[in-house]
Amino acid sequence: MSFLPHHDGSSFFDFLTQHHPELRPGLHDIPTQRAGVPVDLGRPGTLPVPHGTTVLALKYRDGAIIAGDRRATEGFQIADRRIEKVFRIDEYSAMAIAGAAGPCIEMAKLFQTELEHYEKLEGVQLSCEGKANKLGQMVKANLPMVFQGLVVMPLYVGYDLKRKEGRIFKYDITGGRYEESDHHSIGSGGKDARNTMREHYRLGLDEEAALRVGLLALYNAADEDVGTGGPDLVRGIYPTAKIVSEAGIADVQESRVRALYETMIAERRRS
Amino acid sequence: MPLPYYVSPEQMMQDKAEYAKKGIAKGRSIIALEYVDGIVLAADNPSSSLHKVSEVYDRIAFAGAGKYSEFEHLRKAGIRHADLTGYMYSREDVSARTLSNAYSQSLGTAFSTDVKPLEVEILVVQVGINGQANEIFRISFDGSIVDEKSFAVIGGRSEAVQQYLREHATPQPPTLKDGLRRCLSALEQVATQKIPSENLEVAVLDRHRQGRKFRRLASVDISLLLV
Repeated sequence: MSFLPHHDGSSFFDFLTQHHPELRPGLHDIPTQRAGVPVDLGRPGTLPVPHGTTVLALKYRDGAIIAGDRRATEGFQIADRRIEKVFRIDEYSAMAIAGAAGPCIEMAKLFQTELEHYEKLEGVQLSCEGKANKLGQMVKANLPMVFQGLVVMPLYVGYDLKRKEGRIFKYDITGGRYEESDHHSIGSGGKDARNTMREHYRLGLDEEAALRVGLLALYNAADEDVGTGGPDLVRGIYPTAKIVSEAGIADVQESRVRALYETMIAERRRS
Repeated sequence: MPLPYYVSPEQMMQDKAEYAKKGIAKGRSIIALEYVDGIVLAADNPSSSLHKVSEVYDRIAFAGAGKYSEFEHLRKAGIRHADLTGYMYSREDVSARTLSNAYSQSLGTAFSTDVKPLEVEILVVQVGINGQANEIFRISFDGSIVDEKSFAVIGGRSEAVQQYLREHATPQPPTLKDGLRRCLSALEQVATQKIPSENLEVAVLDRHRQGRKFRRLASVDISLLLV
């Protein structure tokens, strides 16, 4: 079959690796000398961590919410004010990313294709757990890039149709996959967002209340962390959020995010 | 050293073609028919898990008749081709025409070089959006490719089914209900008995759907449409 690619197996990622290695994320033959900060694995604390981002996920009564700020930075400069860090992956899942923008977006796109590819070849969707594991393998494959300082750190939420609940998965750079029971946040403002969520999160929140907690956490993270962008009232740029539930994935309308922030800011305004 | 038997190229091609045609005619027919919102694909298929019709990409579907293992192989190769193009360039750059050409090349090469030709006939259909026309390509075992209008039939006694559809064609595309009924009557023309709705595999490419246009109709939906 010379004109159509032949391959065994249902993974698009493996297909690319075998037949089109030039399209697979990674550095391949590019010289691996880096001008910036060298990574010394022998010394703790020198491993690169994602810069400038806050993305978070939290569960609510009927599923899970995933949200992220819009700022991309290059050193002390703002590279982009409207970057999108939350991606729809398929009908029942979404991921948010922290790290180097280029490889992050590439991974999200590849993961989308991977899941759709499997679904079409096999005629069924992967399980929620299966999708999360596959993402872990992709993060692991990115490990050589991490040593060049190009970290990709995803946060994954999916609605598990069998368990009838939303699920949150976090990862480490080696592809380790850990499930979170309630909420989690990653990125440079992740710690601030986690603090806020810890205080305000309650089990079984409804959609509106959970969204408010998520947006408040992003607001507080932007307050504390220079790498995280808050709501930009002048330009009309607001964090984005998506909701996964039994009904599938849905974008949170920008007008709704804006209204929530306007209330929040009005309450905080002095004089 | 003994000389190999001489077989004239004409004879060899004819034998291969006959062999392939026989294999394809053994199966049952599959119809692709334009309806008002897109394209409906209907197959007489007693199995509910081994599909003859399936999704390839956003607006593209595939149907295969003949030997299951062979068209299943082609289906998977087509999905890889489409996903690769979409990943490398953009989703809108994946087209039925490019895919059909790739199929045509593959089948043509296999027919002329392999000892055994592929016993398959396939359909690649694409629903038109934003006022574009639908595209229906029928590709035969020897790689010949035909651009069909309003309907196409592959597998089984396809000529008889085609004849029925031609006679019952309407100037305007039918509704899904009418289109599906027409498909069923056409398939029953060549079947020896009535086809129960659970033996009918139906999928649509509906241009009004968000995102991916392909949808498989469940058995209940099919019986509701046929009531």
